[in-house]
Amino acid sequence: MARKLLLEHINVPGINTLEVYRQKGGYRAVEKALKTLTPDDVVEEVKKSGLRGRGGAGFPTGMKWSFLAKPEGVARYLVCNADESEPGTFKDRFLMTHIPHALIEGMIVASYALGANTSYIYVRGEMMPQIRILERAIEEARAAGFLGKNILGTGYNLELYVQPGGGAYICGEETALLESLEGKRGNPRIKPPFPAIAGLYGCPTVVNNVESIAAVVPIINDGGDEYAKIGIGRSTGTKLISASGNLVKPGVYEIELGLPVEEFIYSDEYCGGIANGKKLKATVAGGSSVPILPANLTLKYANGEPRLMSYESLSEGGFATGTMLGSGGFIAFDEDQCIVRNTWNFSRFYHHESCGQCSPCREGTGWMEKILHKIEYGHGTMEDIDLLWDVQRKIEGNTICPLGDAAAWPVASAIRHFRDEFEWHVKEPMKSQSTNYGLANYANPIEKQVEVKQDNL
Amino acid sequence: MLKVEETQPVEFSSALLEKFDEIVKRYPEGKQKSALLPILHLVQAEYGWTSVPAMDKVAEYLAIEPIEVYEVASFYTMYFLQPKGKYVLEVCRTGPCCLVGAEKIMNHIETRLGVKEGEVTADGLFSWRGVECLAACGFGPVLQIGPEYTFYENLTEESVNKLIDDLRKK
Ligand SMILES: Cc1cc2nc3c(=O)[nH]c(=O)nc-3n(C[C@H](O)[C@H](O)[C@H](O)COP(=O)(O)O)c2cc1C
Ligand code: SF4
Ligand code: FES
Repeated sequence: MARKLLLEHINVPGINTLEVYRQKGGYRAVEKALKTLTPDDVVEEVKKSGLRGRGGAGFPTGMKWSFLAKPEGVARYLVCNADESEPGTFKDRFLMTHIPHALIEGMIVASYALGANTSYIYVRGEMMPQIRILERAIEEARAAGFLGKNILGTGYNLELYVQPGGGAYICGEETALLESLEGKRGNPRIKPPFPAIAGLYGCPTVVNNVESIAAVVPIINDGGDEYAKIGIGRSTGTKLISASGNLVKPGVYEIELGLPVEEFIYSDEYCGGIANGKKLKATVAGGSSVPILPANLTLKYANGEPRLMSYESLSEGGFATGTMLGSGGFIAFDEDQCIVRNTWNFSRFYHHESCGQCSPCREGTGWMEKILHKIEYGHGTMEDIDLLWDVQRKIEGNTICPLGDAAAWPVASAIRHFRDEFEWHVKEPMKSQSTNYGLANYANPIEKQVEVKQDNL
Repeated sequence: MLKVEETQPVEFSSALLEKFDEIVKRYPEGKQKSALLPILHLVQAEYGWTSVPAMDKVAEYLAIEPIEVYEVASFYTMYFLQPKGKYVLEVCRTGPCCLVGAEKIMNHIETRLGVKEGEVTADGLFSWRGVECLAACGFGPVLQIGPEYTFYENLTEESVNKLIDDLRKK
């Protein structure tokens, strides 16, 4: 059995209460940090752990913390990003529902490390049940003396509040989140200045994902070096993977980074294989924004070596033959799924969620949705496929925030790897309305190195 | 539930105002605008939607311009700018849920309720709409119903029928 650091006690009855959470060793990290470590010591441990941001970008958490500006007499803020809206990602909701105190404990330790006396957990508005769970947990923690004034007699003060969003994917982008927390529309800010210098209310601010903050607890309990021993290379520790799509056992799994993808999909300890005895056609390994890969490239690199669940291994081969770990939203497509339809669905999502500030994103996502709709419903031409490629190229890299890239990548990768399926929709418009393209040649791991150019169109 | 017409002025109850006051305390002096999103949720829970008179009243309470409230309410998807059914079935329509049959569930709901997406049933009880990923993809198809935003997971046509019947009886 792999080591579990976050979900070890997930099946213990009552683990959502402070009492049971403490029986299982909860709040030790708060006692240890506040009573025996300086804030800088805590930052140092997190640096040593090699923990990388679990929200999607994978930026080293300790380094991010050390960039926080500390001007005299100015408040600093820690804001937890619990907006979780990336299609395919549902680990944060799971963690907050079942072990809310893991997040509260992490927030206390992280706030102490950053010198924040007021911190916010920004939860997407749709998660009202989780907001109520967190508020109850905060009350329990306050009653036990872990929040409020003079925590555990150490002189450290912290107020922790839960803020609901209003329903907008873009508010997961950290500067849009801060705008939203200030009571405005979720329009991402132009950077610099980065939040570490001017974030919430213009004050130095750190924004971290739920899972990143929860991971601070085992890091402080066991030490950063211990944490760094788990995983592989620069992908240290454990990661929550949200598994969805056509799997025997979809759900949230905690894996040690470095687990072979094949084992994750097919072993009984994890997803248990593809549902209904079907074959795997494709995967989106890290949430809807990362490139889609055909089954063969999911399981193996182009040179035939096995692919692992880690930041480096999933991106092996660049965008030509690889993808990204992203937020860990692992979506599996079986042989009956239509890549064109899914790409259209994702494009509609990004068009719907574009905040509208930049023309390439606002207009480009709309055009991609339109063209994909046309192809999916049997009215497409071969030129449309090229036009689609052209539009996505013009969005990528030309926008204020990465939502533009996130909209472009799924389209680019779908055309790169499944162009024959798009062409089939054009050539067989009638047939494509009643049947789907099926597995084609994607499921068998490729034997020999296949030359795939980044820009093969 | 109270029904507020477009032109009818709104007075917030003292219980509601007390909740507003509690929220404003979470932010530093002068940053009370931060309370806007949580307050709009409370308003919608009370009245079923966010009407212009209610938004004007929120602006007055927070000492901000009405436009600052409208621009926020119109940006986020959760605030209803039109009256809806008492129960709004919000079904996830995004990729991962579609892999496991979300589209079939939406068609079924449309047939069962006999109204199109966004419309209200004649008895005023139900509306439905497709929404984007609800962070429950592994348990799809899913829907949620405000103002508590209870989640219903692993939907089948039968479980949807039962849900609708139960809500009718409530
Ligand atoms: C469009 C968009 C949506 C995002 N959504 C989320 C989200 O829901 N949750 C999250 O933690 N990070 C999200 N991020 C990443 C955040 O901007 C930010 O990098 C992250 O919260 C930092 O936390 P971490 O360093 O702990 O990962 C999103 C980014 C973009 C561009
Ligand atoms: S890229 Fe899209 S979502 Fe991001 S700021 Fe520009 S328009 Fe808004
Ligand atoms: S796709 Fe439906 S909950 Fe995520």
